[in-house]
Amino acid sequence: MDKQSTSVFMPSTETMFERTGDDTMVVNIGPQHPSTHGVLRLICELEGEVIIKCQCVIGYLHTGMEKEAEYQQYHKCVVMTDRMDYLNANGNNLAHALAVEKLLGCEIPRRGSYLRVILAELSRIASHCVWLGTHGLDMGAMTPFFYIFQQREYILDLFELFAGVRMMPSWIVPGGLRGDIPEGFEAKLRDFLEEFPKELEIVEGLLVENPIWKERTYNVGIMSPRLCMDLGASGPIARGSGVAWDLRKSNPYCCYEEFDFGIPTGTKGDVYDRFLVRIAEMKESCKILHQAIDGLPEGDWSSSDRKIVPPPRHELDNSMESLIHHFKLYTEGYHPPVGEAYAAVEGPKGELGFYIISDGSNRPYRWHERPPSLMNLKALEILAEGRLIADLIAIIGSIDIVLGEIDR
Amino acid sequence: MPVPIMGDERMEASKVRDKFGDGLLKVKTFRDETYLCVKREIIADVIELLKNDEDLQYSYFSECLGVDYSRWPHERDLTERFEVVYNLMSLKHFSRIFVKIGVDDGHSVPTVKNVFIGAEYPEREINDLYGVIFEGNEQTGRFLLADDWVGYPLRKEYPLGGEDVLFDKGSRGPAVEDVSMPHAGESFEGKTGSDEVSGR
Repeated sequence: MDKQSTSVFMPSTETMFERTGDDTMVVNIGPQHPSTHGVLRLICELEGEVIIKCQCVIGYLHTGMEKEAEYQQYHKCVVMTDRMDYLNANGNNLAHALAVEKLLGCEIPRRGSYLRVILAELSRIASHCVWLGTHGLDMGAMTPFFYIFQQREYILDLFELFAGVRMMPSWIVPGGLRGDIPEGFEAKLRDFLEEFPKELEIVEGLLVENPIWKERTYNVGIMSPRLCMDLGASGPIARGSGVAWDLRKSNPYCCYEEFDFGIPTGTKGDVYDRFLVRIAEMKESCKILHQAIDGLPEGDWSSSDRKIVPPPRHELDNSMESLIHHFKLYTEGYHPPVGEAYAAVEGPKGELGFYIISDGSNRPYRWHERPPSLMNLKALEILAEGRLIADLIAIIGSIDIVLGEIDR
Repeated sequence: MPVPIMGDERMEASKVRDKFGDGLLKVKTFRDETYLCVKREIIADVIELLKNDEDLQYSYFSECLGVDYSRWPHERDLTERFEVVYNLMSLKHFSRIFVKIGVDDGHSVPTVKNVFIGAEYPEREINDLYGVIFEGNEQTGRFLLADDWVGYPLRKEYPLGGEDVLFDKGSRGPAVEDVSMPHAGESFEGKTGSDEVSGR
């Protein structure tokens, strides 16, 4: 992460711009604007090209998922999690499954954990691919988009092999997964792992040492580690500011302690650092995927507790007990003990957690997601102040928001 | 993860008890997580203590969320209707602590925005969806909902659907039988939401 070689193109934006008079103009950006990554609306008070105050207006995608979940059985809530952060559907499924399992006190076999890791890491790469493509588009770099979205297509094809759908697999459920890896998946995954680093290298070559890219991102939107912590900003944003904290390392779940991977960190906390951190994270994810597919344990992939996990289909034909279990599970669901549980995973955008309160019935009493994007979004208001409006676009891209998750 | 222990309880609990005495109402442990129930008047001070204490360093504000306990059939930790749960993480121990306060309708909670700036958005969200007032973090409009929306949807008595949606200028949303909108509300059979519904 050496950035010293670029002194020629170092822009003179080290100091904040100062306000000179009362001649301000209020400009509305969004909610329907390509560079706001969805339906984010920004109200900017401008003086010339300098932003004096930036205010985020959200809620255009609010669909009341948390209310809806209070009327659904636990296994039906799973499909709503996909639609929150739709770029990282598997990660959301995983966080939800871990929270419900914590409430139930249920353990899942190691093979299940490994498969979950594979899906979650593929999701992370896919999410970062979308970020990289759109971040580049926002700033006028058209070419990386085509290369990196091609790679995302391959990942979505892998999900399709698993679940039959590309974006909303709902494959990770409380108690395990909906099924084992399909035939031909391993070979395809290995092909992808072979191909992806080469493609990523091409994209890196287009951006990392690109003088225009550097001019747009260098020293823009600097966040101190302290500010990150106070904001509750996590994930690549915190790591870009030099906070070497990753939930996969610090509070391991799903056997992450068995994998060897690094935590890439930045030094300065500007847009360029966050960019480098995410690129490095994709490579670390590839490392994890290699280890997970090589060391995939044999055995069951789901808990054998028939009160939580439905019996295999073939058992229904010759076992009355299985039929009863199947029927009970899909009509009544299961009843976790009275209490509350919070489980968090390291999503591509930061700490992604679910807080679930059970009153002993088959539906959650309170079902809440800790949305990383919402907590990260606050950073935008702070970072945009005193910067040029062009920098605002760079900052939005670098904090990587998904409005489906912010509004829920 | 190793959690800081002092004597036979979590260090956080004993530190808060030392400083605030009766302010700490209850310490609950469930599934390896510790919940501190405190009085709502001192919440900002408790959070500040947890944040700035050298041995604890709960410097990362994860989130806060609201809960409406008005239909809770079991024993409660606190007596008030609503609870606000603050979720903090220590990057020294990598441990988590949950701090709970109770608040009734019409009462207000001191904001922790001045301790953790990140609390601003989640507090506004709780205000929007539950109607809990945060002193020092008052908002002019709605946060997630439309500006002329009436009511607080995450309260338990608020219906899930099939009922009139009111707006504050006296107009109604399309979820009612209406000759001008014949298909509105078609998918709802009777009232759902506030009534006990089966099969949903």
